[in-house]
Amino acid sequence: MEVVQIQRRLVDYTKSLFMEGFLDGQFLQLQQLQDESNPDFVVEVVSLFFDDSEKLLNELTIALDQPNVDFKKVDGHVHQLKGSSSSIGAQRVKNACIAFRSFCEGQNIEGCLACLQQVKQEYYLVKNKLETLFRLEQQIVASGGSIPMIEMGF
Amino acid sequence: MGGGGGGGDSSEDTAVELGDEPHVLAVDDNLIDRKLVEKLLKNSSCKVTTAENALRALDYLGLGNETLEGTVSKVNLIITDYCMPGMTGYELLKKIKESSVLKEVPVVIMSSENIPTRISQCLEEGAKMFMLKPLKQSDVKQLKWHLMKCRN
Repeated sequence: MEVVQIQRRLVDYTKSLFMEGFLDGQFLQLQQLQDESNPDFVVEVVSLFFDDSEKLLNELTIALDQPNVDFKKVDGHVHQLKGSSSSIGAQRVKNACIAFRSFCEGQNIEGCLACLQQVKQEYYLVKNKLETLFRLEQQIVASGGSIPMIEMGF
Repeated sequence: MGGGGGGGDSSEDTAVELGDEPHVLAVDDNLIDRKLVEKLLKNSSCKVTTAENALRALDYLGLGNETLEGTVSKVNLIITDYCMPGMTGYELLKKIKESSVLKEVPVVIMSSENIPTRISQCLEEGAKMFMLKPLKQSDVKQLKWHLMKCRN
């Protein structure tokens, strides 16, 4: 496939992620922070996000599986996940966390379990999307092309 | 504020000369947020040190129990998250303002939650600014402008 075609694919793909709400403006902020002194900044931060999130999701699964659930502890983990997802622009994960926190506040175990499923789903979806996006970028760079800057109307 | 004066004047120590890189201490328990704030500050030509909690920050500032001799660094600005386990950003702010050595150092509080009582509590305690997370490039640019303006 020609570089121009992959670049086109990347632009369309990225735009779709914004349109579908997977990513928000904060992701653009991350991209704008990347420069020659730190050409892999976005991939680095997002990788940290992946590692951190998976750890948190594990902790949440364990915490909610206890006979006496410590809702403060659960809320603490969700707060962390909400923070990091917000910071990288993973909008749907962030929103799922917001819903989750209200069930923690209400000490509602059923609600929390349902939210955990939702958060996991959104997380794996966005992880998949971002990995696809990075793969497209890699293909462009490997073919000698440059990553096109996405201009957003909003 | 700044300029003139005899030795030992703490405001002179924290004064930022035009052209100097301000040294910022960024405190946040979230790894991703630490990385982000560090990059935002470096992109605004600041020298950055990060700390993962308030106790480590206090040690770095020379107010902690674990401060080693000769390791206290001068910082021009402290930016801290509000919600942290153990000591919160608000409690850290209070400790800094109680210190005769550090009370002139501007402190900025960050939070992901927009709670008016929290904001006024921090400002009343002496925080220079309260910023909502996630931080953007424009927030940090504004912050740096504010910092440079106050010093000169």
